[in-house]
Amino acid sequence: MAPGTKRSSYDGVVACLPVTIPYRRYSTNSAQWWLGRALHELAKRARLRPSDIDGLAVSSFTLGPDTAVGLTQHFGVSPRWLDHIPFGGASGIVALRRAARAVQAGDADIVACIAGDTNHVDSFRKTLSTFSRFAQDAVYPYGSGGANASFALITKHYMNTYGASREDFAKICIAQRDNALSIPHAMMKKKLTLDDYMTARPIADPIHLFDCVMPCAGAEGLLICREDVARSLRLDFVRILSSIERHNAFASDPIQIRGGWAVDREDLWSMAGLAPDAVDFVQTYDDYPVIVMMQFEDLGFCAKGEGPDFVRSHTFTNDGSFPHNTSGGQLSGGQAGAGGGLLGLVEAIRQLIGKPLGSPVRDARTCVVSGFGMINYDRGLSSGAAILASA
Amino acid sequence: MTEPLARPKRKNPLQRTRRPLSPQAVRSRTAHGLTAAAAEGRFALQVCESCQTVIYPPRDCCPSCLSLRLPFRDVPRGGVLIAETTVQTSTDPYFRERTPWRVGTVKLDAGPVIVAHLHGDAREGHRVRLDFKLDKSGSAVAIALPERDTPNMADDPHLREMTCDPKFRRVLVTDWRSPVGQAMAKAFAEAGASIVFVGIADAWKPFPGLEALRKIAPVEIVPLDVTDTESVAEQAEQNGARIDIVVNTAEHVRSGGIVDRHGLTVVREQIDIRYLGLVRLAQAFGPVLRARGADGVNSAAAFVNLLSVHALMNWPEFGSYAAAEAACLSAAQCMRAELRPGGVKVMNVFFGPLETEWFQTVPPPKVAPAALARAVVQGLQRGLEDVFIGDVAEDVRARLAVNPKALEREMAS
Amino acid sequence: MTVDVLSFAHAVATGQIRVIDLTQTLTQEFPTIVLAPELGQCAPFRIEEISRYDERGPAWYWNNISLGEHTGTHFDAPIHWISGKDLPNNAVDTIDVAKFFAPAVVIDCSKECAADPDFALTIPFVEAWEARHGKIEPDHWVLLRTDWSKQSFTDYANLRDDGAHTPGPEPAVVKWFVEQRDVHGFGTETIGTDFGQGHHFNPPFPAHFYMHGKGRFGLQCLTNLDLLPPKGAVIVAAPLKIKQGSGSPLRVLALLS
Repeated sequence: MAPGTKRSSYDGVVACLPVTIPYRRYSTNSAQWWLGRALHELAKRARLRPSDIDGLAVSSFTLGPDTAVGLTQHFGVSPRWLDHIPFGGASGIVALRRAARAVQAGDADIVACIAGDTNHVDSFRKTLSTFSRFAQDAVYPYGSGGANASFALITKHYMNTYGASREDFAKICIAQRDNALSIPHAMMKKKLTLDDYMTARPIADPIHLFDCVMPCAGAEGLLICREDVARSLRLDFVRILSSIERHNAFASDPIQIRGGWAVDREDLWSMAGLAPDAVDFVQTYDDYPVIVMMQFEDLGFCAKGEGPDFVRSHTFTNDGSFPHNTSGGQLSGGQAGAGGGLLGLVEAIRQLIGKPLGSPVRDARTCVVSGFGMINYDRGLSSGAAILASA
Repeated sequence: MTEPLARPKRKNPLQRTRRPLSPQAVRSRTAHGLTAAAAEGRFALQVCESCQTVIYPPRDCCPSCLSLRLPFRDVPRGGVLIAETTVQTSTDPYFRERTPWRVGTVKLDAGPVIVAHLHGDAREGHRVRLDFKLDKSGSAVAIALPERDTPNMADDPHLREMTCDPKFRRVLVTDWRSPVGQAMAKAFAEAGASIVFVGIADAWKPFPGLEALRKIAPVEIVPLDVTDTESVAEQAEQNGARIDIVVNTAEHVRSGGIVDRHGLTVVREQIDIRYLGLVRLAQAFGPVLRARGADGVNSAAAFVNLLSVHALMNWPEFGSYAAAEAACLSAAQCMRAELRPGGVKVMNVFFGPLETEWFQTVPPPKVAPAALARAVVQGLQRGLEDVFIGDVAEDVRARLAVNPKALEREMAS
Repeated sequence: MTVDVLSFAHAVATGQIRVIDLTQTLTQEFPTIVLAPELGQCAPFRIEEISRYDERGPAWYWNNISLGEHTGTHFDAPIHWISGKDLPNNAVDTIDVAKFFAPAVVIDCSKECAADPDFALTIPFVEAWEARHGKIEPDHWVLLRTDWSKQSFTDYANLRDDGAHTPGPEPAVVKWFVEQRDVHGFGTETIGTDFGQGHHFNPPFPAHFYMHGKGRFGLQCLTNLDLLPPKGAVIVAAPLKIKQGSGSPLRVLALLS
């Protein structure tokens, strides 16, 4: 950031109305159907007509050949602000940032942020093989192991460099599973033991079955609006204290060992006027436990390379020393495609307004939500984070 | 250490033949710069003309300075394998039936980071050599080899998928009468082919060297006349399922042009022996080669054309010969597309004048038949698609790349 | 003598007159004349299926063929040789069709040829034959029975370092056939009417030179001459009507009473 440039606060803009359309492993319905359900649910709970929604942010991998524009006619809405945000797991944070500024500037009053995907039996394979030009040219032909193979390389390198062990990753996954057990619509319903984790089927060494999310069909949604609008709709809301976003950070790292948060985290904390020890719980983007560990470091909760130590010295259940991915994250909740980018924000809002679907975090007043995604070639390009606070 | 390949057992005739599959072939246009390099066995990456940054993956704009001038240049192949993984499960049917499959991240000395297939002897944390090879889809992929050659290296299963190694394969040399055919039979026997079928046309014509030929252990003499459709079909019916590599050595070299030639009989022979001969071989052997592209250690692997480099630019002194060669080149390109679904390569080996009787009056440099045979064997061992052997062929290629019209004039002078 | 063609046809149909096929089957493997590689070559027989009750032609089978005028069992016309190039009616399309029927004498030297592939037919040999079988009448084909057609293709062509070694006539006897016996033409079982090493004779290729030079005909690659009597067979040899043709493959038949 240029010296002297102060970022504007998000005063007066709030996030509210967390909506989840319960996930299904496979669905013959289209992404349009799943997103439509999210929008329907938002409108219903806010007691709004579709025409009252004058802003729409959409994220989805399986919407093709449509983009957000097609949905306006499909859903019969006529927004004066529209954004299609194709940044995978970072889409939620980015949608929040875009929508918040639009509302702040008066370009829109009520922005629905929806993200979701269908999952046909061949969706996973088809998405992998056409994911990006670099993936097509330089990754998919090499074993076609998908993101699992790419993150296996990142995991291996991180383990070699900083001495993280599979047991360290297990701790993260097991705690998230514990947090998910109280969520009725979580895809994974059984307690996860260390033995389960360690003896699970290998996917791409060192990644095994429980390091991977389960792709499924589903959708998430929330509303961004001015505080006075939320009050007039009688909706519980949360405040946005700060946010950051970065793409293609640390391009010269031979293998991804850190994400873009490390570039802008000073901004994240100073804009919010907080230090890392002030937050009550954290929602990281958990496509793989190695990335969770990197977020602990890069968001500022510990120094680079201290991720393993941090994990060993904290507990991550909702009643633990560092409540983390409080509804189980994607690793236990399932990944509804781009819906995974909104999952953390939706759960954060629920905890902060005191209406969690599962076990609550005590005194939940401040939360960091982090997003990550878009493995274009060999690393996740997009990262973002936001600090939310209860009203 | 690579386990040496065991001589394959006889195929169980009651067992279903595995159908060929291939990895995804699609690449961006720019990425096919690597396909061009792999076809010739070069290791080339884009090097920005403005700032000299070496770039990977291939792209259209320099990530250092946004320059649009990113030509492919040969770069050093060395690097370090900094991380590896073994893919245990894949959604892609080709890889699914070949897991476990090792891939890794290589940091090249030249700069970029490349996700590559791994030779079994490439070790994490150690130096490697990178190579671009054409995989079964016909598109280029990177493979990391150990820094120095290791024993039985060519037998590595990942590597053998990308090459057409004659070892333990059965080869058909279509015409033994030419010196090139004779050198070819010998070269393949030495390269470890388990059978070298050698075609002889017009057995009623004498051929000196028959006894010497019979002494080469894997040789089996078969009647084959590429000008006779029935002869070619019969050979394919009898032995087609036992032939993994076809090398078309049938030749017809005569000096003379087009305008300054009296009559059509020589030209008709050229077309019949070279072009129609190729078509006959393609129709007879193509389908069975294509069907057997994944048929075990000695799967069908390649069809080899020996082409005058003047297929690319006519040489009027041998003008009608060059024209027939050009017809063969175009046919070979068609065959390449038609055989690709079977993972079978069509390798074209280009040469200038040979050290054979019909090029007698042509001054050196010329290519000896043994050198041509070596180039064919090595090309197959490396899995190449386009090979240029000899100074004249290299010269024509270089000039063609810069100014074809100038070359056209130079060939005529 | 009144001759009635219907009676002739009846006689053939009932076997009273026997028909012997003196023709080799046209196949791709049958040897052809080989000249020095820098000269134009005679096309071998080749056959390409057009369709065979398949998608290329559902109810029929047929082929395209390619071959030279001098491929397989064939007829040589006088225009074939430089010595006959200016004679009238010297091409296959202009020869008087009556000349496609002629009696034949069959001179058997098969035993001599079995012992020596370079057997050359001489005037004394023929005179000795005439002593046994009577003089050769005018307008007869002279067919040289060597049993060469019974050989393997390799031995039939019998090519060595210096060319073919196959039996044939000396120059003197050919000249004698034309000038002293007024023969119709000369026929052999070998490839070519000439001695295998006939390029060393003077003149080279005398069978061609003298026969065609005097408007006589040639037949080559015959077979089954061992089924014919020394005298008495009538040969039917009608070449294709090729425009200014120098010869053609044909069906050569012998009729025996």
